[in-house]
Amino acid sequence: MDIFLLEAIVNGILLGGVLALLALGLNLIFGVIDVVWIAYAELVMIGMYAIYWLHVFYGWPLLAACAVAILGVALAGVLVHRLIIAPILDTAPINQLLATGGLLFFLQSLATLLFGTNFRNIGLKLPIIEIGDMFLSYARLMAFVVAVLGAILLWLFLSRTFTGTAIRAIAQDRQIMGLMGVEPKRVYLIVSALGGGLAGLAACLLVLQYDVHPYIGLSFGPITFMICVLGGLGNLLGGFVAAFIMAQIISVGGFFFSIEMSYVLAFVFFIVLMFVKPQGLFSK
Amino acid sequence: MAEPQPMLALDGVSAAYGGFQALFGVSLTVAPGEAIGVVGPNGAGKTTLMRVISGLIPPRQGRIAFEGQQVGGWPAHRIVAGGIAHVPENRRLFPALSVADNLRMGAFVPAARGRYAERLAWVYELFPRLKERQHQLAGTLSGGEQQMCAIGRALMSGPRLLLMDEPSAGLAPVVVEQVFALVRRIRAEGFTVLIVEQNVRQMLELVDRAYLLDVGRIRMSGTAAELRANPDIQRAYLGM
Repeated sequence: MDIFLLEAIVNGILLGGVLALLALGLNLIFGVIDVVWIAYAELVMIGMYAIYWLHVFYGWPLLAACAVAILGVALAGVLVHRLIIAPILDTAPINQLLATGGLLFFLQSLATLLFGTNFRNIGLKLPIIEIGDMFLSYARLMAFVVAVLGAILLWLFLSRTFTGTAIRAIAQDRQIMGLMGVEPKRVYLIVSALGGGLAGLAACLLVLQYDVHPYIGLSFGPITFMICVLGGLGNLLGGFVAAFIMAQIISVGGFFFSIEMSYVLAFVFFIVLMFVKPQGLFSK
Repeated sequence: MAEPQPMLALDGVSAAYGGFQALFGVSLTVAPGEAIGVVGPNGAGKTTLMRVISGLIPPRQGRIAFEGQQVGGWPAHRIVAGGIAHVPENRRLFPALSVADNLRMGAFVPAARGRYAERLAWVYELFPRLKERQHQLAGTLSGGEQQMCAIGRALMSGPRLLLMDEPSAGLAPVVVEQVFALVRRIRAEGFTVLIVEQNVRQMLELVDRAYLLDVGRIRMSGTAAELRANPDIQRAYLGM
């Protein structure tokens, strides 16, 4: 096999890991609270800025900056739920879409106001690894490994703990959660913090590979939504698999055509599948 | 005869859904170790009664005391932590979770978590069928097995009072027999049980005392034997 094609496939797998992490966060929130956070990728942007400022401006060690970003975006997730979602949770879904859509513009504008439109880079030069004849970015490899570890930790939490079990149960029967001793409001806050924390983790991984600017969310937001819809909204496993499929289309498509064309391909694939399987790839 | 201190006492409890009032000044008591039945036709307010005791809906008026403590108006998650478990109508299992995960949900309250493994072993001993099916999705169980799972789930919280809403509803007659056998097992384990049933004949063989609820009011109460002997009950519910 062509070594460059192999490289593209491996890069697709590496990209898939980070996209899967984003899809997990968005799907978790949708699956439990039944709300789509349109501004999800903008929370990632906030996290990237936080890391940039703490590390470059204040000279914090990168790991400490990343830890603060994860916790900070988790807290931002809680605030999004408390301040924006909770007051309108029982109203028509369009209100929640509009409200979090408004948050998207708010966060973009706020970032522009605070940081300007410059592209900023943490200036970390990670090596390129040579495996056989393939050249792989260390940053991507690390991002993939951390994303998969994050997904495994999430899976363990959801399958092994009482709270995780409640998170899986709640969408199946909200009314009787009280009889189980579960307060749905608290579960929503925990899930919002988890979703935010996953966005913060994604920020740590993306800031190693990309410059941060106020519109960076647009590079990941739309593709994340497509992945979630493709995998079946709220279906964690479906979204996880769909992330790797979309990443392959983008990466291998970029190898055969161009990176722009590969996004066109990804969107065409998405549109066609929405006609064939509107409930997602893994619907029954 | 001296009445024992009641475990549960409802005093003049009214409840409503929006503008529709379903309970009017209901009073009843359940003593420790007793099995109490509430019978009545469809729409009598039996399910509302269960829901108001377990905190799913707040009482409009009246007082609910559990073990001497006023619990009326407490949210459901506090009531279950306080020792009342509710097996809801139609079982309401989480169909896409495994049997084991459904049972784990029953032990969600903080006080129950520490004894999770011990209680799980006990529930599996009580219902070996659940152990066989522990990895199966609850939605794929048969009706009788689902009722077992729902009862097991309620027991996992370590309740002192068990509320059961129509445990035989929607089950085939032969399965209904099994479900009543389950309830007898629960009684034999020493649980205090408040049970609501349409299946009056079988329930009156099971409980110590019963109340007749009709259009949201208690019409009659007495020992199971008294109710079985009552001509009105015989005509309306026992088909005599």
